[in-house]
Amino acid sequence: MTATAILTPSEGAALAIHGAPGHGEGGPASKFVVVSYGFWIFLLSDIVMFAGFFAAHAVLQNAIDGGPAGSALFHRNTVALETACLLLSSFACGLSWAGASARRMAWTQSALFVTGLLGAGFLALEAREFAEMIGAGAGPQRSAFLSSFFALVGCHGAHVSVGLLWLATMMAQLRIKGFRAQIQRRLLCFNLFWHMLDIVWVAIFTLVYLLGGAR
Amino acid sequence: MFGKLTWAAIPWDQPIPLFAGAFVVVAALAVLLWIGVKGYFPYLWNEWITSVDHKRIGVMYVLLGLVMLLRGFVDAVMMRTQQAVAYQAPGYLPPHHYDQIFSAHGTIMIFFAAMPIVIGLMNFVVPLQLGARDVAFPTLNSTGFWLTASGALLVNISLVVGEFAQTGWLPYPPLSELPYSPGVGVDYYLWALLISGVGTLMTGINFVTTILKIRAPGMSYMRMSMFCWTALASNMLIVAAFPILTATLIMIVLDRYLGFHFFTNDGGGNMAMFVNLIWAWGHPEVYILVLPAFGVFSEVISTFSGKPLFGYRSMVIATLGICIISFVVWLHHFFTMGAGGDVNAVFGIATSIIAVVTGVKIYNWLFTMYGGRIRYNTPMLWSLGFLVTFVVGGMTGVLLAVPPADFALHNSLFVIAHFHNVIIGGVLFAAFAGVTFWFPKAFGFRLHEGWGVAVFWFTTIGFYVTFFPLYVAGLLGMTRRLQHFDVAAWRPWVLIASAGVAISALGMICQIVQLVVSIRRRAELLDPTGDPWNGRSLEWATASPPPVFNFAFLPQVNDQEPYWAIKQRAIETQHLAAVGEYLPIEMPRNSATGFLTSFFATLTGFGLIWHIWWMVIAGLVAAYAGFVWFAWRDEDEYEIPASEVQRLDGERRRAREEWLAREGNLGGVA
Ligand code: HEM
Ligand SMILES: [Cu+2]
Repeated sequence: MTATAILTPSEGAALAIHGAPGHGEGGPASKFVVVSYGFWIFLLSDIVMFAGFFAAHAVLQNAIDGGPAGSALFHRNTVALETACLLLSSFACGLSWAGASARRMAWTQSALFVTGLLGAGFLALEAREFAEMIGAGAGPQRSAFLSSFFALVGCHGAHVSVGLLWLATMMAQLRIKGFRAQIQRRLLCFNLFWHMLDIVWVAIFTLVYLLGGAR
Repeated sequence: MFGKLTWAAIPWDQPIPLFAGAFVVVAALAVLLWIGVKGYFPYLWNEWITSVDHKRIGVMYVLLGLVMLLRGFVDAVMMRTQQAVAYQAPGYLPPHHYDQIFSAHGTIMIFFAAMPIVIGLMNFVVPLQLGARDVAFPTLNSTGFWLTASGALLVNISLVVGEFAQTGWLPYPPLSELPYSPGVGVDYYLWALLISGVGTLMTGINFVTTILKIRAPGMSYMRMSMFCWTALASNMLIVAAFPILTATLIMIVLDRYLGFHFFTNDGGGNMAMFVNLIWAWGHPEVYILVLPAFGVFSEVISTFSGKPLFGYRSMVIATLGICIISFVVWLHHFFTMGAGGDVNAVFGIATSIIAVVTGVKIYNWLFTMYGGRIRYNTPMLWSLGFLVTFVVGGMTGVLLAVPPADFALHNSLFVIAHFHNVIIGGVLFAAFAGVTFWFPKAFGFRLHEGWGVAVFWFTTIGFYVTFFPLYVAGLLGMTRRLQHFDVAAWRPWVLIASAGVAISALGMICQIVQLVVSIRRRAELLDPTGDPWNGRSLEWATASPPPVFNFAFLPQVNDQEPYWAIKQRAIETQHLAAVGEYLPIEMPRNSATGFLTSFFATLTGFGLIWHIWWMVIAGLVAAYAGFVWFAWRDEDEYEIPASEVQRLDGERRRAREEWLAREGNLGGVA
């Protein structure tokens, strides 16, 4: 998908006037390019923050302090289900972008709704997993390993929750205001955000659950 | 209702913070009253608080930084006077109070004085030098500023409500953990830095995007000014490093609030991990500060030598090199922690390599001056002072980078002397050089030269007298952060250092006098042409102060020193460049989002510090509501009519025509 294919008419016109490809030399880039580029930079910074929590988990993964290790705690089926929810949610999110590009309101909204529903399903599963662990005395206070586990996975969960709040706000906005250039840009940013969370989840799934579950 | 907050939180029994706090509160109320009586509130609200103009935001950043610099300086005076009288005696500051002062001093100086000044200069200058109308995200810019102010406010509230951290400017565990620091001090530190850190990250994202995506036509990478290059490097470091700080602080928050075990003594916590994480941010942070300082000196030295910057390309490479290497040296802050000889050697060598790359820059500046016609205006004096001072600081750094030497010197006053040597001689001198250099651009008149020279000499001599004795005391074994001491050999050096602070204080006073005198005599210091120093880059191509939209026409750049080229052409042809047809310009509308969000962030932070949970929830909900309100806005921009653009640009052109008639024949030497 090229950037020009999804410009609004006025942005396309602006681009034609300035002739700016967004590489700097041809003058200021279009707003569409600037916003999505800035959001990419934000995502990179967010990934650095996750990297901090991953690093802490890597350091502390064996510091179980006599408590339970991953193999005693993780249920592969739950995690598989969570993964399925999140990946399908991302797929639905991609469909919403296709809908928005085609400017089809019903399509976009229903895809966004499914995105949110699957995201909420993921959160529910995660909450249940957390509750079970805490109920069994394996909460974050039990050991440094569990602290790092809850912080890392919880940080991802918090991102998903904020994403859902954003999603709901944006659905309302889209409904009331229609496909304005501004809202198109936000939809794109949301898409990027949601896919980024997927990528982080894949890392969590592999490093925390699969490798950790074997310990 | 109010969580842990009771009347006992106010230090009724400690006269110093009480009176200091009362003084600040009274002064603030007096200023507010004065503003109210004069009827300035609407002006303040419309032109500054809700402004999204990068120039206004830049000025506010610098102002915040200078005020906090004064606050941090008062802390410094207290520490030096305490040590002067605390030889085999308790002095006048009890240990717990002294500990708060050195912690607040470091925190305020780095996060709320140095960072805001540096970010303020970047805000003001970078879009102008790029030939842009504004930054990529103007409202985000305003939000970033107000979040920084929110953090500063929280730190200062701790002076009178509760206490500040006693753990140093980097809260090493386990001291900073709940069992050893049960009070709210560390919590003030954590939330203030988390909130302002988000603001800094916003700046980083904004400026990387601005510099990479919003430049005047023809402004290719290799035509960008050196200051823009260093700003780019510094902001890339912010994007890559500040999230590490955020993650690390969140971990201590979790330890303290929810009983996690990241860094605790028990439960398998790992304190060494904190030290690693915090310096993985902390070392890049010192380069976040000093790279833009290098940029300022590059601009100043080339302007006042009347020559292009020597070795522009090597300067760009050195800047990006430092940017990368600064991420692989963090371990030099804890050679003594026991990583082993091989690891220490690797990090020691990496650290020394930074000095080599920095050396390239020093030579470039020297060669820029070589053969030039140097004008010794105040910004140039600061640059010369920097060159001498910074080289010494760099060399003591290299000494510390040798692990066996560091084993003897770590945690001694030698380290204190080293980093003040580089931060004062580098960052602070650059701040003063930059403020003097760009002040006329911001306000339309220059700062008074004579008082500027006085500031320079008092500050520089004050610095040397304060910090060079600390090198000696450090070599004699005096450790840092001592509330009192008993060793006779250290005493003379401590006393000299205290005398140095008095000289620095004279510098501070001259600073204020300079400002007052300049404002009163602004008529004779006026800068009608917008180019008071015979500058070379694009910020001098517009009026002083610049119109909101910066440039009536986006400049077409064909050269590495665009404005110099424009001037030469004007002198050759004896004509200013022809203008095209004036067009209306769209500019972003004001927004209260930043101010409101930060107001609620402050409430949330205060609630979190004192465990006032309803306040936390109310603050978060209100911040979210404010955000949605902003997102709901339909009109982001307003239009400045072509006639207005023409009028503003016409004034500047008239002044330039006169300049051309007057100076054009002299070959452009203003
Ligand atoms: C020429 C390059 C430099 C070298 C080789 C160098 C080396 C070092 C070393 C080895 C230490 C650790 C000493 C110890 O704790 O035992 C140190 C501390 C420090 N340096 Fe530098 N440095 C250099 C430049 C800078 C610059 C440019 C800045 C700031 C603008 C800076 C700021 C600091 C600070 C703040 C600390 C101490 C922090 C603390 O312990 O609280 N350094 N430096
Ligand atoms: Cu360092």
